[in-house]
Amino acid sequence: MARLVVLGGGVAGHTAATFAAKWLGSAHEVVVVTPNAKWNWIPSNIWVGVGQMTKEEVTFDLAGVYAKAGITYKQAKAVSLNPEGDTSSDKPFVTIEYTGQDKVGESENVEYDYILNATGPKLNFDATPGLGDGKGQMGDHTVSVCTADHAVHAAHKLQEAIEKMKKGERQKFLIGTGHGMCTCQGAAFEYIFNIEHELRKAGVRDMADMKWISNESFLGDFGMGGLHLKVGGYVVSSKLFAESLFAERDVEWLIGAHTSKVEAGKVEYELLDGSKGEEEFDFAMLIPPFAGVGIKAYDKAGEDITDTVFAPNGFMKVDANYGAGAYENWKASDWPRTYQNPTYSNMFAAGIAFAPPHIISKPMSSPNGTPINPTPPRTGMPSGIIGKAVAHSICDLIKKGDSAHLHEASMAEMGAACVASAGKGIFTGTAAAMTVYPVVPDFEKYPGTGRDTDYTFGEIGLAGHWIKHILHHLFIYKAKLQPGWTLIPE
Amino acid sequence: MRKEEINFQKSDNFNRTMIPGTFARKMRTCVIWQFIRFVAINIKMIVVVGKSH
Ligand SMILES: Cc1cc2nc3c(=O)[nH]c(=O)nc-3n(C[C@H](O)[C@H](O)[C@H](O)COP(=O)(O)OP(=O)(O)OC[C@H]3O[C@@H](n4cnc5c(N)ncnc54)[C@H](O)[C@@H]3O)c2cc1C
Repeated sequence: MARLVVLGGGVAGHTAATFAAKWLGSAHEVVVVTPNAKWNWIPSNIWVGVGQMTKEEVTFDLAGVYAKAGITYKQAKAVSLNPEGDTSSDKPFVTIEYTGQDKVGESENVEYDYILNATGPKLNFDATPGLGDGKGQMGDHTVSVCTADHAVHAAHKLQEAIEKMKKGERQKFLIGTGHGMCTCQGAAFEYIFNIEHELRKAGVRDMADMKWISNESFLGDFGMGGLHLKVGGYVVSSKLFAESLFAERDVEWLIGAHTSKVEAGKVEYELLDGSKGEEEFDFAMLIPPFAGVGIKAYDKAGEDITDTVFAPNGFMKVDANYGAGAYENWKASDWPRTYQNPTYSNMFAAGIAFAPPHIISKPMSSPNGTPINPTPPRTGMPSGIIGKAVAHSICDLIKKGDSAHLHEASMAEMGAACVASAGKGIFTGTAAAMTVYPVVPDFEKYPGTGRDTDYTFGEIGLAGHWIKHILHHLFIYKAKLQPGWTLIPE
Repeated sequence: MRKEEINFQKSDNFNRTMIPGTFARKMRTCVIWQFIRFVAINIKMIVVVGKSH
């Protein structure tokens, strides 16, 4: 009997573990190690953050689902990997520390034949002074929608701001990225327009000043170097569409900004031209930069080999070309295909946890040398597809042996569908429904836009909102492994 | 005054982009038109999802 250990029960890990358990059956064991007791449909945290959904609507308990799937569930976080075992055994193992199941703080070594790292991001609030509390958590000055609990807190703060506006007190909203190296601009984009929509519904929009602050060098970059859409016979940059929405909804923007410090009611920033400035706020949601979750690695003798297994940003090295060098040399083929670790062939990474070869947007820095550019997003659909492809590879390796062909899922060859909410409401809501193909632009194939404009499109409207709402129910249904779950694509 | 006139005057950034007029805004939440778009967007998305799996 072989054992697959999946680290992380999020989009990529949950997809991988549930498919692996189905494909392997009871002949082999699938173990999920994840610190969370509940699964969270993270995209709907935006609606929790404006009080339009509850935490309960976007989460469910993992234990029952894993019991049903025959998956061994350990509510714990991975601390370190020993891919060569230790002095007493050659068997690889992962050291975990429990966060629940009445064993909080207890450690355990879990042996594995194959391991998948799908631990997602560490929300690195402390990278920006004042954005974090200095202990790895979010600070007091801003809110976040990255977790369901953060979103509940954000909704309370928003309600307080609305009450103040109703009493005649103007409020300044500052939403965007909290560092020059952030990703996930799409989530901040959704949040600012959902707030704007809620303020209009509450009749207080005229009491609010709204501003976007972001590390993108142009609006609509989204960490993907922007995209070109076919509209009305033209092929148009997403910059024009993003700017149009901001202008229509009266949201000012400050771009190319590295948020360098956060204080009560004020941020300091540096711009791409090197100038520095300050922006005041009454309510701010600034996405933190992402890093790997900080898992260590040791060889058989106990020597630290973290640098061999993980990139400096803490994400796991896979079959990417990390030596591409300058921007001019970047190619679509630098992006990983199988997500296998180059040193240890029984180790894989999926979703946000794998180390990308380089960013997607054009690299930029201020004259002071401060890098100010979005890092690459790995959104839900690619994370799920990669998780499933890796699960497929591992199942084949277990069933057919080491010569099994590995399944491939390069972000430079897959597309992504993404629906960005701009306000919730069955007849008044809107969302930007977009597809990009491929996610990572391929300038060898498409020298101008990097993407196939027949399959890259976007439009905003109520239809997008309906799709977003249906996807919310569909993905939770799928994650709960309800009848027919395998038919729902990632 | 047309709604877009209000925002075009607010800043240079706003003035140099495009702002939808009344018709385009209405169509965004027109249930019949959006139902048609719903079908069209779903077809496009299914094609891209199919190409990616
Ligand atoms: C507010 C918000 C809105 C978003 N909206 C969209 C959207 O509309 N569409 C879209 O496609 N994408 C969206 N995304 C992005 C999407 O959520 C991510 O792409 C996706 O969650 C990445 O999947 P993942 O499995 O890599 O990471 P996650 O889903 O974050 O899962 C990581 C898992 O690992 C666990 N973990 C952490 N540390 C450890 C450890 N040490 N050991 C074991 N387990 C660990 C975590 O608890 C978690 O369960 C949004 C993100 C945010 C924050």
